[in-house]
Amino acid sequence: MTTQISFLLNGDEISHEIKDHWTLLHLLREEMGLIGTKEGCGNGECGACTVIVDGLAINSCLYLAIEAHGKHLETIEGLAATDGTLHPIQQSFVDEGGIQCGFCSPGMIMSSKALLDENPKANHEEIKHALAGNICRCTGYVQILESVEVARDQISGPISIQEGRGECNE
Amino acid sequence: MNNINPDTNQEFRVIGKRIPKLDAAQKAMGRAEYIQDIRLPGMLYGKILYSKYAHANIVRIDTSKAKELAGVHAVLVGEDVPKKMKMGFYKDNPPIKKNKVCSFRDEVAAVAATSPEIAKQALDLIEIEYEELRAIFDPEKAMEKDAPLVHEYHKSNVLNLPWHLHYGDVEQAQKESAFVVEERFTTQWVTHCCLGTSGAIALFDAKSNLTIHTNTQIPSLAQKDFLESLKAMGLENKRVRVIKPTIGGGFGSKLDTYAYEHIAILLAHATRKPVKILFDREEEFKATSTRQPTVIYIKQGCDKNGKLTFRDMRMVLDNGAYTSWGATTPSVMMMPITSLYRVENVRFDAKCVYTNNTYSQAMRGYGNPQATFAIESTLDMLAEKAGIDRVEIRRINKNQPGDRTPQGFKISSCGLSECIDAVQKEIAMDKNEKRERGIGTGIASLIHVGGGARIYKSDGCGAILKMDDYGKVDVFTGGTDMGQGLDNITAQIVAEELGLLVEDINVIHSDTDVCPWDVGAHASRSTFVAGNAALGAAKKVKQTILAYGSTLLDLPVEDLILRDRAIFCPKHPEKTMPIDKLLRKAHFSPQGKMLMADYFYDPDNENMGKEFKGNLSVTYAFGAHGVKVHVDEETGKVTVLDYVAAHDVGRAINPLLLEGQVYGGVIMGIGYALTEEVILKDGQTMNANFRDYKLFTAKDAIKIKAPVVETYDEYGPFGAKGIGEPGCVPTAPAIANAIYDAVGVRITNLPITPERVLTALKEKKE
Repeated sequence: MTTQISFLLNGDEISHEIKDHWTLLHLLREEMGLIGTKEGCGNGECGACTVIVDGLAINSCLYLAIEAHGKHLETIEGLAATDGTLHPIQQSFVDEGGIQCGFCSPGMIMSSKALLDENPKANHEEIKHALAGNICRCTGYVQILESVEVARDQISGPISIQEGRGECNE
Repeated sequence: MNNINPDTNQEFRVIGKRIPKLDAAQKAMGRAEYIQDIRLPGMLYGKILYSKYAHANIVRIDTSKAKELAGVHAVLVGEDVPKKMKMGFYKDNPPIKKNKVCSFRDEVAAVAATSPEIAKQALDLIEIEYEELRAIFDPEKAMEKDAPLVHEYHKSNVLNLPWHLHYGDVEQAQKESAFVVEERFTTQWVTHCCLGTSGAIALFDAKSNLTIHTNTQIPSLAQKDFLESLKAMGLENKRVRVIKPTIGGGFGSKLDTYAYEHIAILLAHATRKPVKILFDREEEFKATSTRQPTVIYIKQGCDKNGKLTFRDMRMVLDNGAYTSWGATTPSVMMMPITSLYRVENVRFDAKCVYTNNTYSQAMRGYGNPQATFAIESTLDMLAEKAGIDRVEIRRINKNQPGDRTPQGFKISSCGLSECIDAVQKEIAMDKNEKRERGIGTGIASLIHVGGGARIYKSDGCGAILKMDDYGKVDVFTGGTDMGQGLDNITAQIVAEELGLLVEDINVIHSDTDVCPWDVGAHASRSTFVAGNAALGAAKKVKQTILAYGSTLLDLPVEDLILRDRAIFCPKHPEKTMPIDKLLRKAHFSPQGKMLMADYFYDPDNENMGKEFKGNLSVTYAFGAHGVKVHVDEETGKVTVLDYVAAHDVGRAINPLLLEGQVYGGVIMGIGYALTEEVILKDGQTMNANFRDYKLFTAKDAIKIKAPVVETYDEYGPFGAKGIGEPGCVPTAPAIANAIYDAVGVRITNLPITPERVLTALKEKKE
């Protein structure tokens, strides 16, 4: 079974014929060549395939492409400005050492974006909660959490200690 | 911190700076290309069929239905694999098995088809009849006389490997010891969990030369393995080109070549098309190799003053059904066993035993985490028995610069003492200090190779450096960046030496057609060895630039330095010339020249000779970890409250990346200590997914402090030593020691699950 669907992808109107069983990840990566969204497990356990659909971070490996019809999709390819300037979250992941092998990075960055779009003053615990579905094997998360906090401060201005940087094990 | 370059007496411009990873922006934009992202024209997709039994004869195999399926281009079984095509240093592992399977991960057939879906369907159409055999899963039982043989031709399940050493007189030293402790430890299977799964694309050109795109940490040795495979296939005198895409995590997993790579080669040759094999996550868990599991028997003793008198260790290693580098980890275990702290009388014996389990490979630390778990756990037991403070016993026996250890290691720089200081500064180790119930602290130290490790005939790495007309540099290095940041280290070293900026340096490490030889990204050796190779090439180019600049500026060579993209004379600041201008003058003059240099750095370390003596590494890395934990006595759950990982790194070339290595290593080590285990039941992997294989997530993130001790090693590039692995070496014993401090139970089996803690607490009460 094939279906014609249309959706908004990083601001562009897209119309695409799909097979009904395709996941959104398959559509993006294999059919449209958008390799920035990664497949780390295919079971919704690692978050490498995270994209944003109507403001919510989702695992595109568990999301049927057909469900994207009429929706607003954001992927890692849409984050940087057209002149190449990185989004503040991308920039802070670069500057703070949030990226090593980089395989989890697009998903990590998309989860962070969904959080900060929704809650620009997210505190340390809220950031940890929002990234709990994104596995990283390289960094131990320390510099990833720092990256998101630096991006948050960039976007929202610094917030008070009480509001923001909590201790890890409180 | 010493920030003066001793060569120029100038402050460092690039070394020691927190320079972000050169490829991070590409990765942040989703533009980096991993094996997952590469698709070649006309490419087929390969899939592998695995065994249904841990141990069985293959009675019948019928591939006719699979071959008939539309879209299938090739189906291979064991019969189709040339006899001499075998993997691993023990050469006991054909890429597809023929008459018999010896583990669940045994490859029994492979298919190439026009889509991954068709390839998978074809696998389902292959009919195999097995005759199940009695299997053996416990390495100690596998050594017994009536145990079934994993490989009949081998006559014994015990591998013929030489892992035995004895220095001094352990028996006599034990008799003379005031205090002796003895314990048995076990460590589990854990796996690398690289976020990017394994994969390769093989293709042949019209002349049967092979190009293989593959995730590897050993491009040069992989090239050699593939050449041997081609030879076994009857393809003599062919070329093999290994191209590394961006690697989605290494940690030792890519230190050998694997069946999927050799099968991709066979399928590509059979179809004369590019063939891609890409693992899914389940396959990654089941069919890639783990860290070597061990059973460890240890005795340590000290005199009445706490000075170590002897260390006696015996190990049984579950080799699994085939042999990869896991079976050689005892060679590295010898390092902490003979050389962590001063101890004169040492004995070690390790047996690697075939079982019908999965086989092991290299993983961050290469045997050191297992050995250090036993050594550092029993050191605390010994301190308690002798009535000596646990930090004090470490200070009494600490390694020091100038030491020659029983194994013949020459300790050049050693910051172990300062690392212990740094731990004590952050975490209270005084046993008498009053603490809340369930709270405890622990400490453990480490030694690791920090200046290469001569486990192969060569421990070298080459670098080729070429400058263009615009002051930009291409560095072709044998070293491998797999995310740890070797590209940065290389670029920073070259930029510092040539007075350039990091953005002027382009590092190329991805292609054996252009990059020189390197033994591989292992043993925490890349900063040291690849760094020294790049530095050597940069020094040669620098000499040429200075000599030419001396003529152009009419100044003596010794008065000139390179700085801020220019040649410069501190005595005559007005006499300066931009590097790019100098390069063009050199190029566009009669008998013009381009500036290029090559350098092959092979460290002055030694292969371990008779009795495993020899200076394995030019220098050694040291460290100490301290941890504060809470143990919930109701649930047995251990929570890490504070963690400090102090490391002697020689010099931090890039503190940002250095901290990343330590943080990542520590969390991997904490996972090893507390949560991670590949659970095998009768040889079958029971938790081949991220739900059931318990990795730490961001929610479990731990506050880690990573103080850096700089000892400026005389042999390191700008004084640096390796730091890739040490972060995960002493983690498990530090935690086990803290648990003992908290609730008085000694856990000797990893991982330290709540169940094990509760059981121990219950036994203690009884």
